[in-house]
Amino acid sequence: MSTTTESQIPLTPEQIESFGEELDAIRQRVLADRGESDANYIRKVIRAQRGLEVAGRGLLWAGVFPPAWVAGTAALSLSKILDNMEIGHNVMHGQYDWMNDPALSGKKFEWDNACPADQWRHSHNYMHHTHTNIVGKDRDIGYGVLRMSEDQKWKPYYLGNPAYATLLALLFQYGVALHDLEAERLASGEVKLADKRKLLAGIWKKVRRQTLKDYVIFPALSGPFFLFPLAGNATANLVRNVWSFTIIFCGHFPEGTHEFTEEETENESRGEWYYRQLLGSANLSGSRLFHILSGNLSFQIEHHLFPDLPANRYAEISAEVREICERYGIPYNVGPLGKQFGSVVKKICRLALPDRKSRAGDPVPVAEHSGEKERLPVAV
Amino acid sequence: MSPPATTSAPSRPRGIRAQRLLDAIAGPHGLDRYLEQISPTLVIGECRAEIVAVERGSEDSVTLSLRANRAWRGLRAGQFVQVAVEIDGVRHTRCYSPASPEGSGRELEITVKRHPDGLVSNFLVDHARRGMVLGLSQADGDFHLPEKRPDSILLIGGGSGITPLMAILRTLCAEGHAGPVALIQYAPDPERTIYREELDRLAAANPNFTLTRSYTRAPGAGELDGHFSPTHLPQTDPDFTAAETFACGPPALLDAVRGTWANGLEQRLHVESFLPPTLLPADEPGTGSIRFAGSDLEIENSGASILEQAEQAGVPAESGCRMGICHTCTCRKLSGSVKNLLTGEVSATPDEEIQLCVSAPLSDLVIDL
Repeated sequence: MSTTTESQIPLTPEQIESFGEELDAIRQRVLADRGESDANYIRKVIRAQRGLEVAGRGLLWAGVFPPAWVAGTAALSLSKILDNMEIGHNVMHGQYDWMNDPALSGKKFEWDNACPADQWRHSHNYMHHTHTNIVGKDRDIGYGVLRMSEDQKWKPYYLGNPAYATLLALLFQYGVALHDLEAERLASGEVKLADKRKLLAGIWKKVRRQTLKDYVIFPALSGPFFLFPLAGNATANLVRNVWSFTIIFCGHFPEGTHEFTEEETENESRGEWYYRQLLGSANLSGSRLFHILSGNLSFQIEHHLFPDLPANRYAEISAEVREICERYGIPYNVGPLGKQFGSVVKKICRLALPDRKSRAGDPVPVAEHSGEKERLPVAV
Repeated sequence: MSPPATTSAPSRPRGIRAQRLLDAIAGPHGLDRYLEQISPTLVIGECRAEIVAVERGSEDSVTLSLRANRAWRGLRAGQFVQVAVEIDGVRHTRCYSPASPEGSGRELEITVKRHPDGLVSNFLVDHARRGMVLGLSQADGDFHLPEKRPDSILLIGGGSGITPLMAILRTLCAEGHAGPVALIQYAPDPERTIYREELDRLAAANPNFTLTRSYTRAPGAGELDGHFSPTHLPQTDPDFTAAETFACGPPALLDAVRGTWANGLEQRLHVESFLPPTLLPADEPGTGSIRFAGSDLEIENSGASILEQAEQAGVPAESGCRMGICHTCTCRKLSGSVKNLLTGEVSATPDEEIQLCVSAPLSDLVIDL
């Protein structure tokens, strides 16, 4: 991954093309099949989220009673998780634009998160999804503060990698909000703060609103007991931050996922683009509830192949995608949360230190769909 | 009696403050997204209507009585509304002219006629039922009875084009209009004549209202036969040159009427029609025009993706991946038809969101950009 720039796709151009066609066929089939059940699904999730939110806020209003505080904080945490993951992230991808419902329009949706929706649509839908795992282009690789790939040159700053990652997890919504600020390029003087004024104004407006709501208005409604809803709201934001950090970092950074260079990905065909999305993503296994709470980002592979298909369809198409991968000998990276996140943590710690010389050129084990280790099909 | 302005003024800031507080509390989704969970018509920021009665007059039409929510601001007789209905998860919007008279409060009535290939009309004729909630726009359009009622009025209606004229007629009857009113109604045959019985009743009860029918497929069944022709006019009272005339119906009828009202009479004629988009011939993908409504700019269609054409024309269009995945360029198409170049899917209904980077025009287009 780190030294060679030449891509060695193990498939012939014809194979890559037919591989792309097979994936296109899945996409077309699901597109044609979208309908009432998908509409009902997302509305059911929204209904649950609104209910949890109202219940959570109500219980926290009476948060001076410990059971109400605990239940209220739990309900509000779940509400924020659903709002950001299964609803906000997916609706903003345009997954439900076909419904033509203004309330579910990807261009207009705003979420319960410090990051302004329009900035998210740029940094995530466009930058991250188009340039997935291309070092230097995909800012999700480390969010400008972490070292998540050997392709990022080591410097002493990165000794703090685990500490920065912990901070990022705790404050994740602000990390996401500052995504397009390009902090490291500001620090290096590559871009000037003046160029970012409009962006900062947008962030400030949204952060102020979110703060006012969670930390001023709702606590104030409880009068002298304001500390209880305040603490509950802060906890719910924290729970959502850590949860979304965990899920999102498991999507692209477990051992076995790949990063790419800009040269490797020049003039990509549709099939090669699919191939990069596959190698750059990893899935999480778990229950149906787990998938919903992860916003179906547990099907990160399917999501990256088809970012605008309704996420509730990822589960059903994952079997097919996996079968196609097996046939073409392309690794399909999936594992339970504990294992995948463990390998992310290991990577964060390992990359805090300079690379050991021997690493370059070593076969990096690929996860692991059948327990056996395979040689990487791209240059490493 | 309306309250004096001075008493209402002090309450205003309080109202705004309450509204702001509610917005902050309900943000970022807004109050309506919570209210609609209790009941879909409870929303305050957008019009919605519940179907309160369904009358299936004939096999190919249905009359729906709707009750709009509190956001509804009423209509003038003859105006149209956009009605949104969800079919298999997809929201479709169509224009209908309510037939209810002015001053009906939140009640309104629309009649839907089945079009052989019409998705929405077929759905409503077959499946509309009490309790169903439809999206609704505020009333719109210049085709309406003027505030100062003209003395003599001539109405010309074809098929379901009778509905706005019905609103005008009912309003005039309710107001006890004294001047002469005439209606020439065009329909295929007596069985497929919308509002037949009510119109007969109105004609019998109001001596100043003259009703004339012309059947296009039942010669001899009405006072007149066949499609509109200027010869239909002299038989009616009042003299058409003196009357304010309102005509609504299929394009052929309106063209014929317009031809007759030429030569200085045009300002006495008001017409209303909802035209389906005309598709470009399949072998000429590079013809037609694209209008960018927000930039007030019209260009000739070059056949390229709409995004490329917008950029070439200097219209500020947001874009991202240019391959149909990121939805940055998604934009509302106000009218016309486009083809999705990835899926081959055709979007032909007005007010649909399209991805500019993978859409090519199939007809004259108006884009909200």
